[in-house]
Amino acid sequence: MTPATVSIGAQFINLLAAVLLLLSFAMLSQRRILSLIDLFAMQGAVLFVSTLVVAFTTGQVHLYYSATLTLVLKVLLLPWILHRLIRRLNVKWDVETLINIPTTMLVGIVLVIFAFNLALPISELAGTITRSTLGIALATVMLSFLMMITRRKAVPQVIGFLAMENGLFFAATSATYGMPMVVELGIALDVLVGMIILGVFFFQIREQFDSLDIRHLEQLREE
Amino acid sequence: MELTAVLALPLIGGMVLALVGHRRPAAEINAAFSLLTLFAAAALTARVIAGGPLTAYRQQFFVDSLNVFLVALTAFVGFTTALFSRPYMRVEHDHGKLTALRLRLYHSMFQLFMFTMLLALLTNNMGILWVAMEAATLTTVLLVSLYRTAASLEAAWKYFILCGVGIAQALFGTILLYFAAEKLLGSEGSALLWTHLDTVKAHLEPTVLSLAFVFLLVGYGTKVGLVPLHNWLPDAHAEGPTPVSAVLSGLLLNVALYAVVRCKVLADGALRSALAGQLMMGFGLLSVVVAAFFLSRQKDVKRMFAYSSIEHMGLITFAFGMGEATASFAGLLHMTVHSLTKSAIFFAVGHAAQKAGTQVMDNIRGLIKINPTVGWGLMLGTLAILGMPPFGVFASEFLILTSAMRQQPWATPILLMALGVAFAAVFGKVQPMVFGDTSARRLPHPPAILPVFVHLALVLMLGLWIPPYLAEWYRQAAKFIG
Amino acid sequence: MSATTVILQLLQVVVGLALAPLLAGWVNQCRTWLQNKSAPPLWQPYRQLSKLFHKEVVLAHDASPLFRAVPYILVACMALACAIIPTLSTDLPFAPAADAIALVGIFALARVFIALAGMDIGTAFGSLGSRREMLIGFLAEPALLMVFFTASLISRSTSLATIVETLAHREFAIYPSLAFAGVAFTMVSLAENARVPVDNPATHLELTMIHEAMILEYSGRHLALVEWSAALKLYAYSCLGLALFFPWGIPEGVGLANFAVAVPALLGKLAIGGFLLALIETLSAKMRIFRAPEFLGTAFLLAVLGMLVHFLLEKGI
Repeated sequence: MTPATVSIGAQFINLLAAVLLLLSFAMLSQRRILSLIDLFAMQGAVLFVSTLVVAFTTGQVHLYYSATLTLVLKVLLLPWILHRLIRRLNVKWDVETLINIPTTMLVGIVLVIFAFNLALPISELAGTITRSTLGIALATVMLSFLMMITRRKAVPQVIGFLAMENGLFFAATSATYGMPMVVELGIALDVLVGMIILGVFFFQIREQFDSLDIRHLEQLREE
Repeated sequence: MELTAVLALPLIGGMVLALVGHRRPAAEINAAFSLLTLFAAAALTARVIAGGPLTAYRQQFFVDSLNVFLVALTAFVGFTTALFSRPYMRVEHDHGKLTALRLRLYHSMFQLFMFTMLLALLTNNMGILWVAMEAATLTTVLLVSLYRTAASLEAAWKYFILCGVGIAQALFGTILLYFAAEKLLGSEGSALLWTHLDTVKAHLEPTVLSLAFVFLLVGYGTKVGLVPLHNWLPDAHAEGPTPVSAVLSGLLLNVALYAVVRCKVLADGALRSALAGQLMMGFGLLSVVVAAFFLSRQKDVKRMFAYSSIEHMGLITFAFGMGEATASFAGLLHMTVHSLTKSAIFFAVGHAAQKAGTQVMDNIRGLIKINPTVGWGLMLGTLAILGMPPFGVFASEFLILTSAMRQQPWATPILLMALGVAFAAVFGKVQPMVFGDTSARRLPHPPAILPVFVHLALVLMLGLWIPPYLAEWYRQAAKFIG
Repeated sequence: MSATTVILQLLQVVVGLALAPLLAGWVNQCRTWLQNKSAPPLWQPYRQLSKLFHKEVVLAHDASPLFRAVPYILVACMALACAIIPTLSTDLPFAPAADAIALVGIFALARVFIALAGMDIGTAFGSLGSRREMLIGFLAEPALLMVFFTASLISRSTSLATIVETLAHREFAIYPSLAFAGVAFTMVSLAENARVPVDNPATHLELTMIHEAMILEYSGRHLALVEWSAALKLYAYSCLGLALFFPWGIPEGVGLANFAVAVPALLGKLAIGGFLLALIETLSAKMRIFRAPEFLGTAFLLAVLGMLVHFLLEKGI
């Protein structure tokens, strides 16, 4: 019961993890696309700070690089690209009607409990100071997944996809202090290229349907 | 050296083709690079046959009996597809379905796709394997939506989102794997190297590994097209250009399955239980049955053969899941023959659909009159894929069924029934397409039919006689999977 | 129980009764500043109260005795709440009674009576306000309980005094679960005190009002008491929030020196809290009544998340 058993650095990371979870729920309930992008950028910022704190408390030098990578890619570049896309596609005021937010939230809670239970045996095996956040990372991944399922528009689906990647990155930092550098670089490259391809893709969808509503994309199915 | 060439050639090819653009020789350059890659792959294969497994670049790459045969297969199918796509894409361009700009995109992305496939096969790093698999999705997304029709956009979107989600699960699995390995191998880059993991697999934490394998199987299984994660596959195959369907079916699915098999070897070592195999058998059997029943409901020819791919991938997954030398041998053989046969079928279907101007099977009739070679190619390919003797598919399916009879007798009737349903469905639909009445005139341009018959000849040969070094090679790989 | 503790206990109630209108005035002043209007003086609520106290009480023909009793019950409930929430010290005679669940019960009691009073006369507005109030209350209460449970899980007790002692006088530790609970508590407080996103105390527009609709029929002395109790409720919630989330400065002992620390600390924290409340009210827009369940559902969800996070992250703490 004494607080001294967990260092201040770890406590701070725990707090950031909690904020990350909070942001995931905020994204789940957000109707406006622009606010969604801001929330995504905030998630990236939290990720950056937490990686920095982990790097500082554990002295893992390569985490500084991945923190920088996070800052550049997820806080600055991707939100910028998304903002530009939104401006160019002129979907700024797209307000989405979601299916019943409280229900989504309740499903989210169930997912969080599931994720915590799943992660519990694993985090007990971990030797890192951040091990208890593994459950939150998994919960973030699942909530992003839920967001992708419940959204009807293309841009929020993609933000959900990117948020999922954020959760995975957080999992990597919290369980193992980050993946080897070469892998992290590869993942970052994939995300960036994926984003650019999606940008192209948005224009194609827009050109074809005059809207980014995914409901247009439900023609192909088994009779 | 050969390894560098195998990887560098398609990469350079992609860049060169991006520069060459839509000028006349782009298709020839594409074929030439594919041919060079094939030569490099052949040289690499020869070296591995002579000298055994090797690693390169501080162990970041490694070649053994399992992946070298897939490298050779990938390079070969890549080359024949490039040959096929040369006239095929030109006709599409002439019909006004494609602009010159999109043709450039196609050629460049084709080579880059080959690069990601070969990288996924050759890398020793489980993390890089993930990166390459994701990159393979990215390079093909724009190819699937090449025609920019509503349906193709939808297919590409589904493909991107589903495979993106799936591959994210695989990343989580990879993280868990790294997490388990880091304790034994240290946090230096070596903890994700497959060769290192293989040596310590018996000491990996079983709880972590079982969870990691579930995530990896679901993740890479999405790309394999295992039911219930298969939704993207029929759409992407049906709506993309035919050469892309051929490489997706013939190569991408194989490579994804290769990733699953690599993970299974690790999980088996750590778990001391049959969990990994049972999961794979379950997914495999489900895929076979579901796909077989969906086959009869298809109207689009490419869509139907996409379901057939799901069925065969399920069969192979089942075979690897049984995990015994004969079954794995059969799985590897089936991977090879399916890859060759299915791409041959897609080549023939491509010509037929191009001629008919539609992919709806009811509107494609009398291929035998329009162009006998295309008609016979489709008919023989269909017979081969349905497991008629003396083609290679018969041999591998026979082996899989007999080992199932020995190890999992309960599954045999299910498999037999599914194969029977598939036979009835596919044959019933292809027969009128080939021999039905038609008023259409003959095909105006010569089809690129050589690849079809080369593939079918190889499949026929594998059914009658497997060259001893190939058999030896399968046996080594099977031993090490089993 | 020494004489000083009794005095301190009395003092805590008196300070509450005296400060509550001031807090209300301060929030109003901040809000008008933020809206670039000229602010009413800080003591405006006192003036209002004294004006109302001097006015004649007008009762409807159908008013029952209950209608007349309710203002006194309200003030009594709120004064009791102020007495048991640890504001000036954690070691007071009423501390054993300062149970979180009991506190929720006291608030619920006040709510039931004001809703009954709203329906007593039988006007349309009164019943409308009461119904809305009960809707909000029924959603806010579980969320409030969850907030308390999160804090109780950390301190292993539902006694408010123990919670404050645990949080304020132990070695410093970061509790992520409290961050969730804090946000949830803020949302619940806004709804319970008829503040902007849920209700607007400054409007008498029939479509939107909740609290004002219930007390439309009150006048004179009764209205003064109802207004005072509303101010007390705001004060009680503020003190509760401070006690749970910013407990530093609430002394354990009962000495005079402690008291000298406690009062300025309280005043400072209340001033900041009031300003933040005004800021929230200025920045947010009143939402439709049908969105209120969503708002409070989110509060409940956050409180539950706080508990879950506690189980995951704070096992070692």
